[in-house]
Amino acid sequence: MAMNGKGYLDASTLPVKEFDGIIIGGGGSGLMSSLQLAQSGMNTAVVSKVFPTRSHTVSAQGGITCAIASADPNDDWRWHMYDTVKGSDFIGDQDSIEYMCQEGPATVFELENMGLPFSRTEEGKIYQRAFGGQSKDFGKGGQAERTCAAADRTGHALLHTLYQANVKAGTNFLSEWFAIDLVLNADNQVTGVIAFEIESGEAFFLKAKATVLATGGAGRIYKSTTNALINTGDGTGMALRAGLAVQDMEMWQFHPTGIHGAGTLVTEGCRGEGGYLVNKDGERFMERYAPNAKDLASRDVVARSMMLEIIEGRGCGPEADHCFLKLDHLGADLLHKRLPGITELSKTFAHVDPAEQPIPVVPTCHYAMGGIPTNVHGQVITQQSNGSDSIVGGLYAAGEAACVSVHGGNRLGGNSLLDLVVFGRSAGMHIEESFKNGIDIKDPTKDDVNNALKNINKVNASSEGENSSKIKKDLQETMQLSFGVFRTEENMEKGIKVLDEIRSRTENIHLADKSSRFNTARVEALELLNLLEVAEATAISAYERKESRGAHSRDDFPERDDENWLKHSIYFKESKEVTKRDVNFRPKLVQAFQPFARTY
Amino acid sequence: MNTIAAEQITTLKMSIYRYDPDTGNKPFMQDIDIDIPKDKDIMVLDALQLAKEKDSSISFRRSCREGVCGSDGMNINGKNGLGCITPLSKVVRKNKLELRPLPGLPVVKDLIVDMTQFVDQYKKIRPYLIADKESDSTAIPQTVQDREKLDGLYECILCGCCSTACPSFWWNPDKFLGPAALLQAYRFIADSRDTAREERLDQLEDAFSVFRCHGIMNCVSVCPKGLNPTKAINEIKKMLVKRAL
Repeated sequence: MAMNGKGYLDASTLPVKEFDGIIIGGGGSGLMSSLQLAQSGMNTAVVSKVFPTRSHTVSAQGGITCAIASADPNDDWRWHMYDTVKGSDFIGDQDSIEYMCQEGPATVFELENMGLPFSRTEEGKIYQRAFGGQSKDFGKGGQAERTCAAADRTGHALLHTLYQANVKAGTNFLSEWFAIDLVLNADNQVTGVIAFEIESGEAFFLKAKATVLATGGAGRIYKSTTNALINTGDGTGMALRAGLAVQDMEMWQFHPTGIHGAGTLVTEGCRGEGGYLVNKDGERFMERYAPNAKDLASRDVVARSMMLEIIEGRGCGPEADHCFLKLDHLGADLLHKRLPGITELSKTFAHVDPAEQPIPVVPTCHYAMGGIPTNVHGQVITQQSNGSDSIVGGLYAAGEAACVSVHGGNRLGGNSLLDLVVFGRSAGMHIEESFKNGIDIKDPTKDDVNNALKNINKVNASSEGENSSKIKKDLQETMQLSFGVFRTEENMEKGIKVLDEIRSRTENIHLADKSSRFNTARVEALELLNLLEVAEATAISAYERKESRGAHSRDDFPERDDENWLKHSIYFKESKEVTKRDVNFRPKLVQAFQPFARTY
Repeated sequence: MNTIAAEQITTLKMSIYRYDPDTGNKPFMQDIDIDIPKDKDIMVLDALQLAKEKDSSISFRRSCREGVCGSDGMNINGKNGLGCITPLSKVVRKNKLELRPLPGLPVVKDLIVDMTQFVDQYKKIRPYLIADKESDSTAIPQTVQDREKLDGLYECILCGCCSTACPSFWWNPDKFLGPAALLQAYRFIADSRDTAREERLDQLEDAFSVFRCHGIMNCVSVCPKGLNPTKAINEIKKMLVKRAL
């Protein structure tokens, strides 16, 4: 049914397309899930609002962290697990972290076998570089080199390889389709999604027994972010509107090295290859904050240190509002070989050749550690009113949209690519298995489908009100001001109030262009609804977590509070309340790592 | 950008190709003046976003805004390029910026072209590694020198700037594979891990697939990633000729 003018969509006339499984999102986790399903011969579709290789995985640079033991033959996935638990500031789920670190090597080799053009060592093995927060021998053996890299274009190489593998497997792509809302049945099971083909403006009910949310991050809630323009938290917004829980939404990673002004990412691999940060006096200040790991401390630590340098007046530039990343001492040869993409990006966006001059950088919103809670099979979990977990039938999530929680309060560099391939695949495997055993999901009624059409109908029917682009700008400003690297109670209160006003304004959003064909204004209006849900979940969760842990740092509660907050936060849209959920301390193969003071 | 003082603003005259086949109207060029900061060199994509704030019905693709996703290939003052990494200083002459869709492909709407033909040609070359290897959880070894042969090939972002700048592709978009697909064909031929080199060459051995390339090199001059499809095509041609002798 084409959307044109103010026409209403209705369940009784809406065309239905039926699949075994639908994967929403064509980035790394989505394509890993779809590959699994396509290879098992299931009738699946990847619904992606952009052609798959335009997904944000393409922007990942430095690599995929995994104990494949190229750089060090004695490397051990348990060391990687230790680093990840410590990096998470102890609220990463240890069963998930164990699964990821242990399953990782087989997955990386599988990617290599698919054709991923990893850089190589002299022995012909996959090249691994040092990244932040990495150690040998459970923190006792010094810096590790564990991040497998294809120069500084690992995400591009990985995403294209996965797309190619899906082409080979004959995956069915619904490319440039936008998913609007989940369709739930009377038992609150997910039965598919309402989506439209952007080119024609035709809307459908895509019905399936398994739906995977692989929709990626939502960095566009902030004004300054490394994220692509498409990172608007569509899956997270859909889950929240469907009444499901989100977890640890206050935990946003600020990457230490976004290019000042432009926000584009400069990989941590720059520091892994020997680059370092300096302040206006040319001082290598990380030596003061992290005497052992220095510039390779974990990202939350480095980002805070940089902000302190800036706040205390030692920032660089005429406004003293950034730091410098020094790479010139590494030599043009190494930069050309190992960091060619960075050289290109800094020339384009900072007008600086890193072989000669330092790159102006500033901590920039980069990654959502939080998201839709899942178990290791990607099955979405929500919380009952008595505080117990329950599985949401028919729904899976993987990658940045999910919170399986391998990253807890702070993600280590190189762990995002590993997360998305490992858990994208585990979701695919679980769906395959479930189909073999038979899935029992009740069909939705017409009312159930109409429920999922409410938002799109409202946007389509709007005849007056505000344009989405102005509201989006205000939302991004508010998040930047109130929920950045350092958070204060007063700022957060103000921010929550402004978001409340923004919600009222969004109720009156006006879609001026009602045409059907490739209407990007319609897409942007729907994206704003998702950004708003993510922003509010972030704001309220941040306000309620009364401690400082990982990426969440507040001046009124400067210490970590394990007694009260060694917990996940859980947020629901309807009540706007935050509850707690236990962190998993029950890995299967090793003893759990108990919390200790985190220093680098 | 609405906070900038008036004396720091200059006006850019944009002219944007508009076409919505649903309306039954013919394509036309829409003139839009936008305010841009005087002292800051913004990108073509930024200018386009400002134009869209004035008229929300303008359609174009965009995603990463840093030149790695390949969404926003377009024809900028006569030359194909990516909007997000093309600074105005590089292309604007006499304060004018004319934006058109990539040439040679059907227009879906405004600056959005139908990439089906482009993607089909890419799929034809079997863009995936073919290797006779047991799945035994090990990597296929590759020397540093062999891996270096893939540099300048694997970085392609499938933006379509090259193929849509190629007269041979304009003439025979169904039979001539075009520079983007051929660059990827060579990326797999050149990969020491691939075991299907001969089959790949067999598939390219006709009068059109490769040999319609006449070395015009538009592909090289427009590639936003600085890649050289003509060189890759010549390597394939050499291999085919050598085989035939």
